[in-house]
Amino acid sequence: MTLEVDLAHDFGGFRLDARFACAPGLTALFGRSGAGKTTLVNAIAGLLRPDRARIAINGRALVDTQAGIFMPPHRRRIGYVFQDGRLLPHFSVRANLLYGRFFAGAASGRADAIGFDHVVDLLGIRHLLARRPGTLSGGEKQRVAIGRALLSRPELLLMDEPLAALDAARKEEILPYLERLRDELKLPIVYVSHAIPEVTRLADTVVLLSEGQVQAVGSVPALTGRLDLFPLTGRYEAGAVLTATLVRQEEDWGLSLLRCNAGDILVPRLERPIGSSLRIRIRARDVTLALTPPAETSALNILAGTVSELKTGDGPQIEVRLDCNGDALLARITRLSAARLALAPGKPVYAMIKTVALDGGSLGRPR
Amino acid sequence: MTLTPEELTAVLLSLKVAFVATLGSLPFGVAIAWLLARKDFPGKALLDALVHLPLIIPPVVTGYLLLLLFGRRGLFGGFLAETFGIVFAFRWTGAALACAVMGFPLLVRAIRLSMEAVDPKLEAAAKTLGAPPALVFLTVTLPLSLPGLLAGLVLSFARAFGEFGATITFVSNIPGETQTLPTAIYSFIQVPGGDAMALRLTVISIAVAAVALVCSELLARRMSKRLLG
Repeated sequence: MTLEVDLAHDFGGFRLDARFACAPGLTALFGRSGAGKTTLVNAIAGLLRPDRARIAINGRALVDTQAGIFMPPHRRRIGYVFQDGRLLPHFSVRANLLYGRFFAGAASGRADAIGFDHVVDLLGIRHLLARRPGTLSGGEKQRVAIGRALLSRPELLLMDEPLAALDAARKEEILPYLERLRDELKLPIVYVSHAIPEVTRLADTVVLLSEGQVQAVGSVPALTGRLDLFPLTGRYEAGAVLTATLVRQEEDWGLSLLRCNAGDILVPRLERPIGSSLRIRIRARDVTLALTPPAETSALNILAGTVSELKTGDGPQIEVRLDCNGDALLARITRLSAARLALAPGKPVYAMIKTVALDGGSLGRPR
Repeated sequence: MTLTPEELTAVLLSLKVAFVATLGSLPFGVAIAWLLARKDFPGKALLDALVHLPLIIPPVVTGYLLLLLFGRRGLFGGFLAETFGIVFAFRWTGAALACAVMGFPLLVRAIRLSMEAVDPKLEAAAKTLGAPPALVFLTVTLPLSLPGLLAGLVLSFARAFGEFGATITFVSNIPGETQTLPTAIYSFIQVPGGDAMALRLTVISIAVAAVALVCSELLARRMSKRLLG
């Protein structure tokens, strides 16, 4: 599946001008509020008529303003999971789930699509079928909304910040389902988010949007390792993403040992099988640098590397990119520290990372 | 309390006229309410004003206009009589038409308000699930505006049941054909010794209105419970 988007739209003094293509897998549209993410997915779904656009799935044009094509939303076969659920309040959960399936069945008669029981079990919503949407919790509503979209037999699934209205616990409740969705169904997903942890955990490709423009497109490690994108990804959460393998559980200490190119990293215990591959995001502000291998420190993770790039910001801080045996690692330190250590490109350093800084929000699972 | 045949005829005729007027105008009411609630088109303000006209002009004027339009020699009256054999002038059907026109603004208003309160985001969600526009209307917009539709029906029924001015102007006051409850009361008051009969009909008209109101209240409660779980 390929989705090609080339779109320009003006509204209320704001101009959205975006052009990108999605490969199969999960593509995250990432950017701050007001970057134009929702407008973009609404245009893909057909809920918005853009001023000028060409949007195509597998070469099939959904919108082509030059050719005068505008396919109405009900014929696009695009599932849409909204931030606010939007379950039909006068139907039961079961009827909500079957609503889209009814029209999909009438339209195509395909038998290859995902089945009702499969979706219900995948999302763990069997016990809710007879209930009314009004009686569901926020997390339950979103799971039903995801199931409803899946059952409409879409060729593409759009998800507009499906977790934004939920608290941290509910997010954790849904994220595993989203991972299963991505890995088991082979359904291309466009996932809108402004939360780095979600993007780290789920995305194959990231489209970085800012003020209506596409700033960068790439894989999660490639984009998060770029210092020039720091202001866009958000300074506080920004950090490098490494791909690692789980090699051992340290049962006595409640820790798990991960191995990546940069070296071994201990993290709080992960309930994953040995050998599973995952992503780990190391926030720049959690990394400390030293010139000699520190002895007698509480930091469990010490990685050797060389400075590859320095970028001074407005304030007292400086961002440092390290090359640790091929993995990019980012550190944010003060300019004072950088001067005292005389950091310059090519200089060997040691990076220290506290294990407790690597919490659940920093870990994800690539496929 | 027993009713004289004359009184009974008037009560039954009133009920018939009110039911036919209300149910007959319902499809038009839903269509126009939907247009006003969800669509933008040139002349929308004009249509809105036209619908509301019977509410603000004197009923006798409405009745007279109906006579000009739907009377035997009226603009549409002659055509309808010749082509379809539908005659309104001095028939109970004319009374129903007058009542329908008078109740129409109330019907449209209630349904329109209810439809405007339906979240367009739900309709958008239904579209993305593959529902074509007509089915979005039938499965989302209409069911969710049922409470307003019911309120509109009750208001328009009550208006029809009590309609006087337009009816008597358009189709006169013929016992057994166009003499509804209000016009019957009016007639009884005009004749010596008719006070008792007028009073009895008054009690009946209050009772019918009260029953309609209670029924609609119960229905509305059940409906909103069903709609909102």
